[in-house]
Amino acid sequence: MTMQGNGADASIQVSGVRQVFGQTVALDGIDLDIREHSRVGIVGPSGCGKSTLLFQIGGLLEPTAGSIAVGGTHVAKDRLARCALMPQKDLLLPWRTALDNACIALENLGVRKAEARNRTRPLFDRFGLEEFADQMPWQLSGGMRQRVAFLRTLMAGKDILLLDEPFAALDSITRAQMQEWLLGALEQEPKTVLLVTHDVDEALLLTHHIVVFSARPGRIVRTLETSFPRDIPRREVVTSPEFAGLKEQALEALE
Amino acid sequence: MITEREQVPEAVTMPDRTTSGRASRFLRNYGPALLLIVVAIGLWELLIRVLDVPQYLWPAPSVVARAVGSNAHLILSATGVTVREIIFGFLISVAAGLAIGSALHFSKTVRRAVYPILIASQSVPTPVFAAILAIVLGFGIGPKLAVIGLFCFFPIVVNTVDGLSNVDPDYIRMMRTLHASRKDIFRKVEFPSALPLIFSGCRIAASYAAIGAVFGEWTGSDSGLGYEITQAQPQLNTPLVFALVMVLTILALLLFGLVSLVERYTIPWAKRREQT
Repeated sequence: MTMQGNGADASIQVSGVRQVFGQTVALDGIDLDIREHSRVGIVGPSGCGKSTLLFQIGGLLEPTAGSIAVGGTHVAKDRLARCALMPQKDLLLPWRTALDNACIALENLGVRKAEARNRTRPLFDRFGLEEFADQMPWQLSGGMRQRVAFLRTLMAGKDILLLDEPFAALDSITRAQMQEWLLGALEQEPKTVLLVTHDVDEALLLTHHIVVFSARPGRIVRTLETSFPRDIPRREVVTSPEFAGLKEQALEALE
Repeated sequence: MITEREQVPEAVTMPDRTTSGRASRFLRNYGPALLLIVVAIGLWELLIRVLDVPQYLWPAPSVVARAVGSNAHLILSATGVTVREIIFGFLISVAAGLAIGSALHFSKTVRRAVYPILIASQSVPTPVFAAILAIVLGFGIGPKLAVIGLFCFFPIVVNTVDGLSNVDPDYIRMMRTLHASRKDIFRKVEFPSALPLIFSGCRIAASYAAIGAVFGEWTGSDSGLGYEITQAQPQLNTPLVFALVMVLTILALLLFGLVSLVERYTIPWAKRREQT
């Protein structure tokens, strides 16, 4: 694969993490052990500190207490070097084409523009976006924009992806397509994934482990193991008794 | 989306590339202003004639037009001098405005130290500076450029600072996880997204530049539109004063239009902003 991490293992250990903003306790007593290339979904009500945890893991924010190790390192700068963040907003720069938006990480690394384009274009072809590569963001639909944003995240070459409600702004049909597309993309590029979502179905479909957070202060109230084989069609998965059982447990924990 | 900005009216209308479409668009955009000007000139001519106002007090448009004709050579050479001052003075103020604005953005300490002084400098009547500058820098183009710069740089500084700091923090976080250095974030996100506001500042500055040039010429010069005004006024040659002021107005409008044109070709994406 073209996009390799830096070789060190892409595991995440979170222990006793607490975050206080002023008078508010946003997160408390968070322990997580995420193995390399596993996918973990974080589900919880609004304001439970899910995004805060992603910022902390990604080295954008130091927790008030507790420790976070990414690939064995506790240093914020090194954590930042290992993680790529993909937020709900696509954040495509309106003055750059889709391709040039996806090139931005390579450009930041000092790769020349032409060279960055040559290295990024094959990814557009591989993910079925070749005809959109040279369009401006405003010419793309919401789903397409999110795909470009995902490619941009991939081009950073990081082995840990922090996905912060990446599909929340999309309509349900587009969202379902994007979930399938993401699973396909992750099969081609195995990554350690932390997916924050409101949507229990999304977490069940896309991840191996689900962590349910309580309302503020965010604490882990439940963890669930999920594993639905990829060769079964989605409609059969979402209507299966196993899926319904896990969904019920997750929803119960959310109450 | 990155910075808040008022909608550009043209963005709503569909672009019509046919010749008749362009003509009708031109009429729609500029027709009302042209009509108003024509009506105002007509009324002005009429009132002056009916009330029999002496031309040294308030000349009729026809008299001003004749003054343009009989002083064509003088007006042309004065315009050449002033245009040079306006263009260079404006460019200097854009460069200074961008540099100061960026410096203020990068350092909180610089901002705290310099911003109050900048604001205070705007309340000093610029002609006071003009006199001092003429003494220090002489009668050449230097003091005029300095006066125009003092007049024009402030709106550019303010808009540059606002534009640079209005960037959605999500963009900064996203860029940081994509290997971006502070410089990358400035060059690739903050500066481009500040451009619409910077251009707004430049348009305000463009409309000040002509006044700046006149003040610069009033205190120490031997040529230019402002200088000719100071020569014509004591002779009670009011028609010529009016003609000179008219040329200045046209220069200001042209510079404003030029900035808008450059803006349109530099940041075409800004019009699409509300769709993204």
